[in-house]
Amino acid sequence: MDLFDLTPVEIEALRLSLWVSGWAVAASLPLGILTAWILARLRFPGKNLLDGLIHLPLVLPPVVTGYLLLVMLGRNGTIGAPLHKYLGIVLAFNWKGAVLAAAVMSFPLLVRAVRLSVESVDPGLEAAARTLGAGPVGVFITVTLPLMAPGIITGIILAFARSLGEFGATITFVSNIRGQTQTLPLALYTLTQVPDGETGAMRLCILSVLVAMAALICAEILARRFAARIQG
Amino acid sequence: MEISLTHKQGNFSIDASFQGAESGVTALFGPSGAGKTSVINMVAGLMRPDTGRISINGLCLFDSALHIDLPPEKRRLGYVFQDGRLLPHLSVRSNLSYGMHRTPVSRRFVKFDQVVDLLGIDHLLQRRPARLSGGEKQRVAIGRALLTSPAMLLMDEPLASLDTARKDEVLPFIIRLGREFAIPILYVSHATDEIINLATRLVMMENGRVLADGDLEDFLSRPDLRTRFGLDTERRCLPRTNDRIAWTE
Repeated sequence: MDLFDLTPVEIEALRLSLWVSGWAVAASLPLGILTAWILARLRFPGKNLLDGLIHLPLVLPPVVTGYLLLVMLGRNGTIGAPLHKYLGIVLAFNWKGAVLAAAVMSFPLLVRAVRLSVESVDPGLEAAARTLGAGPVGVFITVTLPLMAPGIITGIILAFARSLGEFGATITFVSNIRGQTQTLPLALYTLTQVPDGETGAMRLCILSVLVAMAALICAEILARRFAARIQG
Repeated sequence: MEISLTHKQGNFSIDASFQGAESGVTALFGPSGAGKTSVINMVAGLMRPDTGRISINGLCLFDSALHIDLPPEKRRLGYVFQDGRLLPHLSVRSNLSYGMHRTPVSRRFVKFDQVVDLLGIDHLLQRRPARLSGGEKQRVAIGRALLTSPAMLLMDEPLASLDTARKDEVLPFIIRLGREFAIPILYVSHATDEIINLATRLVMMENGRVLADGDLEDFLSRPDLRTRFGLDTERRCLPRTNDRIAWTE
């Protein structure tokens, strides 16, 4: 076996990992931006509770989060059952469930990064845009969001990386099914459990490092481009 | 321009009423902490008065009794902030046109080229605000407010963050502004030399109260008031008016 010759199983795991992480970030980004904005700008009763709830996946053991997802969203779960019955959506033991597990686990990181960027936007600039005739939504789209860009980029990369590495919640919620839920870390784990799996495990290990570095480089390039834009 | 409002925040309360000129520059003058910026922010709709009424050229912007409270974007006021507040992610050209594009074409009476000409910012259009000097920033900020074709311009110490040389660079533009566009200006400042050179009407504020308001000329013709408010500064141009001063202390 060659160190640079990927087997179909490994290619599948890589593609699935990118697919699942991409979807996890894409699906949680709008909600993440909204949540970050709410936490940064609004004051309301129960704010600390919401903050704690969002951060829960960060402090809970991932297996516990995965188990809670299974209990709630499994085919017989409190939310999963009606979801299946009325909308025909099944999340347990397929890639959509893996996306959900990754999204839930990476959500706190996304929200933290984006929230910092909301707090860095000067409300005075937003007020200025209001006096120039833009409504609240217009101001958010043309002023707040563009100025949040660095934090959003950081948040996307953190969430993407966290999703790529997601293991505990995924294996508990959607198990380890080849082609459906077997992402890079799960495939790597599987290879360490079989005889002669070392070379494959090393290949996946190198692959993970490469993907993570590529993500970091993308983030760096985007961040620099943004900084250059602001400095003119 | 009729302004009458009260606002309480912590220990500081504002209770101010005054009439501004329908044309020319009405200066809101007083020491720092007098509540001038709060008043101008309430006029702009960025702060909500507890009670009162604000109307400009017959258009009511705020009336607590009638539950009228227009949001800032509906007030048709151009606001020049002390710190410029140009949008850092947009070029000077986009900053200038930001408000213009949001003003219906039928209501625009200020032309882009005219403003760029008047303010001498033609060579800056492609730049980002980060690469402008303080004086250039304020000129762009004035142009940006002007291009919304406002019913009135609000200026909150637009020269305070500039050194003397930069002040002399911007002040003439503000003087020309009033003449060329005939837009009334509400001008906040604590600098006597600016007031003397710009104002047609003067509103004296201290501790959230209006001490006196009247035409600048009448203030200057009374030596006791000149001394009282420190108006004994050399003047470069003299506006002419005859109104009496409403003295409320």
